[in-house]
Amino acid sequence: MNMLMKSARSPGDPRVISTGPGTLASPDQLARGLGWFSIGLGMLELFGAHRVARTLGLEGSEWMIRACGAREIGSGVACLSVNPAPGVAARIAGDALDIATLAVAAQQDDPRRGNAQLALLAVLGITVLDVICHQGLTARHARQPGPGRDYRDRSGFPKGLAHARNAQV
Amino acid sequence: MKALVWHGKQDIRCDQVSDPGIEDPRDAIIKVTSCAICGSDLHLFHNFIPAMKNGDIMGHEMMGEVVEVGSEAKGKLKKGDRIVVPFTIICGQCDQCRRGNFSVCERSNRNKEMADKVYGHSTAGLFGYTHLTGGYPGGQAEYLRVPFADATHIKVPDNLTDEQVLFLGDIFPTGWQAAAHCDIEPTDTVAVWGCGPVGQMAIRSAILLGARQVVAIDCIPERLSMAQAGGAITINFETESVIERLNDLTSGKGPEKCIDAVGLESHVSMGQPDTLLDRAKQAVMMESDRPHVVREMIYVCRPGGIISIPGVYSGLVDKIPLGIAMNKGLSFRMGQTHVNRWTDDLLRRIEEGQIDPSFVITHTARLEDGPEMYKMFRDKQDSCIKVVLKP
Ligand SMILES: NC(=O)c1ccc[n+]([C@@H]2O[C@H](COP(=O)([O-])OP(=O)(O)OC[C@H]3O[C@@H](n4cnc5c(N)ncnc54)[C@H](O)[C@@H]3O)[C@@H](O)[C@H]2O)c1
Ligand SMILES: [Zn+2]
Ligand SMILES: [Zn+2]
Repeated sequence: MNMLMKSARSPGDPRVISTGPGTLASPDQLARGLGWFSIGLGMLELFGAHRVARTLGLEGSEWMIRACGAREIGSGVACLSVNPAPGVAARIAGDALDIATLAVAAQQDDPRRGNAQLALLAVLGITVLDVICHQGLTARHARQPGPGRDYRDRSGFPKGLAHARNAQV
Repeated sequence: MKALVWHGKQDIRCDQVSDPGIEDPRDAIIKVTSCAICGSDLHLFHNFIPAMKNGDIMGHEMMGEVVEVGSEAKGKLKKGDRIVVPFTIICGQCDQCRRGNFSVCERSNRNKEMADKVYGHSTAGLFGYTHLTGGYPGGQAEYLRVPFADATHIKVPDNLTDEQVLFLGDIFPTGWQAAAHCDIEPTDTVAVWGCGPVGQMAIRSAILLGARQVVAIDCIPERLSMAQAGGAITINFETESVIERLNDLTSGKGPEKCIDAVGLESHVSMGQPDTLLDRAKQAVMMESDRPHVVREMIYVCRPGGIISIPGVYSGLVDKIPLGIAMNKGLSFRMGQTHVNRWTDDLLRRIEEGQIDPSFVITHTARLEDGPEMYKMFRDKQDSCIKVVLKP
């Protein structure tokens, strides 16, 4: 839709000369990166479950791999939303599941366990990123706990509330 | 000059941009002395309003000093005049402007063709908003070109501070129009959803217009405390049942008048399962807005009552119980504010000391700090309710 929209700008409208500090901080950008990564990985698991299973020595678990893919896509979409923290938290929960599954595969008596070990390492690495991202998002965006300031002295009526109630002019 | 520029979803930067100049004889240029961040800016920040473009300058609440006047605006404005700029650009001459329907001016939208296609018929041009309303550069900047400046301004006297008059350009008339749309009678209970700046103005307007009882609904303690200061009874929707409290306060009959000062980004919470569904639909682009408040208003409003919607909606909403609204005989009134319809009266009320809209300002900062202030206002940190920026 946005792409199809005709721009209304005129030649005289101010144009950006150089760009300055903005609202997107590193945890916000990291969350977006993780979101796209989740969606990519999710697609791979959802549509390439057989290949994933063969590579990791997880034949027979294709249904589980597809479910993980759907989960990855869900948390990826949430990471790309205006409030990514729950999406990143969902990724961390998903990482824990993946680690448990891969830990089993990595110990099997199967020549492909090397692949599973590599995958396990990768997941451990990305889990660290997820945790750092979640902490960063919380530090930057969370509301301080507590009741907030008390604005009960801000009526906005210089002559008082009672006067305002009888103004009606 | 410096300006706050939209670069995409949640990406607003303080950039160096070229200065505006007179493009049409009816233009004027102002040096912005104060501007503010609005809840509508958050909808743009979140990219919920379609047709924003990378490089658009934000801001539609601003005032300043006239520094240049086009030849055809000279009769009405001169260098040195102090004006508040209404967020709706108005020609002052078309059929709608003559009727006082300023936010649907027929001439000021420079993207009229596109708007005609999307909306059926075009609405007015707006500052710092989507290209569907003309994509005019906004006022969160050091300078602003005001098109149709001979009509698009509110002159303000020198003895009032910027803080006292700035909100004449948007949120004060917006809260006022929301209350005026309620045709308030002395026996009425007016319920206001949302205690952001617009809700705060609506609460005070309803009091000044003589409502018997004003009830304010939100979940943020400091905003509820400010609502209470303005004379409202408060309901925290996270800890209380809105429907039960409203019925209790009206002998079981429901409020006669309901105002939605929340708009399309209603809080998402487990306590309101419909908002979870809306959020999921939004994520996969099956619905553009989260209309929880509209549903709640239709349900709780007294039959024969009025639903007034100043909160902004952008597109398509699902599961609106129109059948209930129809059978209860409810009236709906809504719209972008016809700012100049109200400003003479409201300026008089400020001058007489009936109301001082500066009560709502909780933070003042430099334009350079704008991006951080967007974040603070959005995240409701540091008890932030309204931010004023000084370019
Ligand atoms: N019609 C106009 O011309 C016009 C002009 C200005 C602003 N607006 C719109 O008015 C709305 C409010 O603006 P604001 O500046 O006050 O924004 P804001 O974001 O500061 O305020 C919204 C408030 O609604 C509260 N809220 C969220 N969900 C709620 C729910 N379910 N029940 C009750 N309260 C809930 C939030 O906690 C917040 O305090 C926005 O949609 C804005 O775009 C319209
Ligand atoms: Zn506004
Ligand atoms: Zn007009």
